[in-house]
Amino acid sequence: MTALPDHDRSAAAREAAAAAAAAGEAYVRIVAALIRVTGDWTLAEDCAQEALTLALQRWPAEGVPANPGGWLMTVARNRAVDTLRRASVERRKLRELAVLAFTADRAGAVAAEEVTDAMLDGTADPVADDRLRLIFTCCHPALALEARVALTLRTICAVPTTDIARAFLVSESTMTRRLTRAKQRIADAGIPYRVPNGPALTERLPGVLAVLYLLFTRGYTAGGEPAFAEEAIRLARLLTRLMPGQAEVDALLALFLLQHSRREARRGPDGGLLSLERQDRSRWDHAAIAEALALLPASGQDGPYALQARIAACHATALPGHGHAAASRTDWRTIARLYDRLARLQPTPVIELNRAIAHGYAHGPAEGLALLARARAGGALDGYPLAVAAEADLTARHGDHARAAALFRQAATLTHSEPERRALLTRAHELAP
Amino acid sequence: MKYLMFVCTDPEPDTDPTNEPDIHVWVADNDARGRRLQGSELAPASAATTVRVRRGELLLSDGPFAETQEVIVGFDLLECADLDEAVEVARAHPMARAGRLELRPLAGLRP
Repeated sequence: MTALPDHDRSAAAREAAAAAAAAGEAYVRIVAALIRVTGDWTLAEDCAQEALTLALQRWPAEGVPANPGGWLMTVARNRAVDTLRRASVERRKLRELAVLAFTADRAGAVAAEEVTDAMLDGTADPVADDRLRLIFTCCHPALALEARVALTLRTICAVPTTDIARAFLVSESTMTRRLTRAKQRIADAGIPYRVPNGPALTERLPGVLAVLYLLFTRGYTAGGEPAFAEEAIRLARLLTRLMPGQAEVDALLALFLLQHSRREARRGPDGGLLSLERQDRSRWDHAAIAEALALLPASGQDGPYALQARIAACHATALPGHGHAAASRTDWRTIARLYDRLARLQPTPVIELNRAIAHGYAHGPAEGLALLARARAGGALDGYPLAVAAEADLTARHGDHARAAALFRQAATLTHSEPERRALLTRAHELAP
Repeated sequence: MKYLMFVCTDPEPDTDPTNEPDIHVWVADNDARGRRLQGSELAPASAATTVRVRRGELLLSDGPFAETQEVIVGFDLLECADLDEAVEVARAHPMARAGRLELRPLAGLRP
């Protein structure tokens, strides 16, 4: 690379940064459009990648074109045409690829405004539909759940394979093989590239939302990849715009925003996790909370995400005040009722556990301990650190500090998360120094 | 795409009692739409012969593939646009409730 004077270099760096931002936005659209026309995932990704590489070589020197998205689409499309010509594919695909040039210009225009009114009032851009199609294809229930999450991260969020591998605790080559196999399976099994309609949409949407939820959770848990939580929020936001009027989609975004609003307050000065009542509520992201509350659907036939979001909203609106004062103002009776409804929809051991905790705050520790015993009766919570920690907390509030401290220590031995372990040992020490 | 649908029993059937579909209605419906190209019930598993060749040697055994407890009792050859359509056809089959159905695309016959 030739040496540039300093001011040129910083201008080039700015150009390159702007180019990268424009390219990132356009990349997924290009991949989605090329998959739609060619039906070939690998070809689509390779061509988009080549266009991106060419852009990063040329734009710093030649300047970013007026329509970066259109430029990238044209280059990627030409690569695809060349490859398909060599493979002497039928003329139909090549003709359809030629039409993509027009779409590319519109894509560039749309990229600048992010989401336009046209998308909101139902006259959505076909390019936007391509991305929605891609989301539904990556999240098809005929793929294993883990493959769905990995494919979504790679194809829709453009997360590097090496980062996905790290999150799944496998080597990069293993993850590359898994992604290749998933894409191959989409082609071999005949998984369609489209958004289902009618009753099938209602059936498939929970699968898409489950993938986003898992993505968020992988980013939110202690030791997770924080960027995944951001990606889950970005995708949920996109879905709310592409599928307006779907209450569970709005509710999922609201739930993410409420959880994420606490990200700055969740850890103490020593890096340990802080429970809700110990967090400094002034450090919560109140803009995100306000956005989430506005998103919550009007009360009605709540699905599981709406119920969870309403519970999170109860915690988020226990203001003003700090620490224990605010926690005591938390509307635990409403939370307990919401958990009753959630447990009827999804009677899983973890939800029963949370329900016991909520009742413990709403109606006293004895009530909580009784429900906890029922939640653990099946044995599914054996060795689950949060169940032991919950029993410890309820026992402490019931007055048996020595037993509570022993239970907190037991929970600490069960957890695999170092910040969690420290937080549990702190509680034990406070009860029985 | 063409899908070969294996109709299998389930070793531990948890039969879904809701809206039990009629096999004759299912056959007539899919034949009329041109989605079912061929299909048949099979003779009992005791009539099955499993064929393998290992190191050039022909190995025959009586009965179905020994390591599976479920038994293939029939098959249908389907012509469907994609997996979603094939799944819809399979879900309407009575054995989707009492047993299980395996959809296997025929390789190399995609349009």
